[in-house]
Amino acid sequence: MIKALYTVIENTPLAVKTFRMVLEPTLSFRSGGEISPRGEFVHIAVPGFYLRRPLSVCDCEDGKLTVVYKVVGEGTKVLSETRVGTVLEVLTGLGRGFDLDACRQDALLVGGGLGVPPLYLLAKELKARGKKVRAVLGFNKADEIILAEEFRSVCDEVVISTADGSFGVKGFVTDALKALCPPYDYYYTCGPMVMMRAVCATLEGPGEASLEERMGCGAGFCYGCSIETKNGPRRVCKDGPVFKMEELAW
Amino acid sequence: MVKDLTVDLGGIRLKNQVIPASGTFGFGLELASDMDLDVLGGISLKGTTREARYGNPTPRIAECESGMINSVGLQNPGIDVLVQEKVPALRKVYGGCVIANISGFSLDEYRECCAKADACEGIDIIEVNISCPNVHNGGMAFGTDARSAAEVTAAVKAVCRKPVFIKLSPNVTDIVAIARACEDAGADGLTLVNTFLGMRIDIARRKPVIANKMGGFSGRAVFPVALRMVYQVAHACQVPVMGCGGVASARDVIEMMMAGATAVQVGAENLRNPFACPEIIAELPRVMEELGIDSLKEIISAV
Repeated sequence: MIKALYTVIENTPLAVKTFRMVLEPTLSFRSGGEISPRGEFVHIAVPGFYLRRPLSVCDCEDGKLTVVYKVVGEGTKVLSETRVGTVLEVLTGLGRGFDLDACRQDALLVGGGLGVPPLYLLAKELKARGKKVRAVLGFNKADEIILAEEFRSVCDEVVISTADGSFGVKGFVTDALKALCPPYDYYYTCGPMVMMRAVCATLEGPGEASLEERMGCGAGFCYGCSIETKNGPRRVCKDGPVFKMEELAW
Repeated sequence: MVKDLTVDLGGIRLKNQVIPASGTFGFGLELASDMDLDVLGGISLKGTTREARYGNPTPRIAECESGMINSVGLQNPGIDVLVQEKVPALRKVYGGCVIANISGFSLDEYRECCAKADACEGIDIIEVNISCPNVHNGGMAFGTDARSAAEVTAAVKAVCRKPVFIKLSPNVTDIVAIARACEDAGADGLTLVNTFLGMRIDIARRKPVIANKMGGFSGRAVFPVALRMVYQVAHACQVPVMGCGGVASARDVIEMMMAGATAVQVGAENLRNPFACPEIIAELPRVMEELGIDSLKEIISAV
């Protein structure tokens, strides 16, 4: 975990209530600490709010972090109004992320809504390791679709579904999965819990899911985000947010 | 001039008076790779019960103005794991004062857990939590009544050789009466305050934010109330007080000590900033210089 200052160099709307923020490292609070390795999420202090906001990392290049977030409350609303040039205090290097080596050759990425952004960095890293990457991305409706072009530029195949049928396959990601039966030896999923449970029930074989939970410290010492797993209680912020499917007690 | 941050706490010498509060710093080990733990005057470990507990359902955390509510519900691996695994592992990376925080649902449980903590070599002080607002029929039930607070204190003192601090609840009418009852029953010191029972509602969902409906409110917002209680108790009792509640800066530490605290615990601030304690410790000499204080010992109960 590293506490560092980042400057907002982009904060633009991507879709309805959804924004992309690009952060550039300004100053590390700790000498010798390398700024942001591929932490699975960052914990951003929003001025005027008591607790930080955990956001998954959508991209990470030359130390610059991209996060994609949706305005769901007062904190994210203030974040969306943050101007370019504002300096934010960020904790990076948090959480245990996707297991890149679990996939032999064919990776299947299944994302829903705001669960889509972290899969982009995953797709890039899997491609860099020479894997075939197919993505099935689900949204409620066409105007909520995000990052479609970005995914197309790195994936071998991208399928988009919308619940109302306003774009792509009509229905949920599970409908798209059943219709298309994409080949894979390992799957990765991130999205609403109900979606990930359905994905787990639909897909055969091994996979993993990135979970979300209301957090306190974000670094594993307050035990505010514990979930019950088949191996006992686990902290989403520290032991996760990515968990192997067989570990999850759903 | 070199500033003296040392204090004597129930016969134990601390290199400084800043201690992360129980429940806001895990078992110390969680942060061992992120900071030099040895800068800390002490560490109050996560509240521990006889059996392992999973704790309360999530969400366990609710944000508030200048504070937060938690309802973790004493998630812990049980006293045996604490004394056999957690404390020995912490001792490999930490040489300061280790405070075990013990909670229970019966006098027997308090007695058994405290005896085990007392026998554990790596533990210096036993902090008895009679003030957890997040578990039913335990915790706070013992701390809101002077007689039962005294009963727990006497039961624990009978099995402990190490200093016993009783951690008090602010959710009472007269905290001084409870503090006095604990002192009369043999407490070597008092920690105050634990969290304030609070609640938030998600007005869009029309449901409590916290799964367990209510939880313990803490953070900067509670500082004046905690300070007032520390002041009242420190002036009414002879035993040392660890002041706790809303402390977020070196100035807050000094203010708590002037109110009567011998040592100061930092709680919710650790959740906002995991480096809060080392930063406060680093800041203290500068603030002491500004205020003309050479030794923090001299300002305890200065007001």
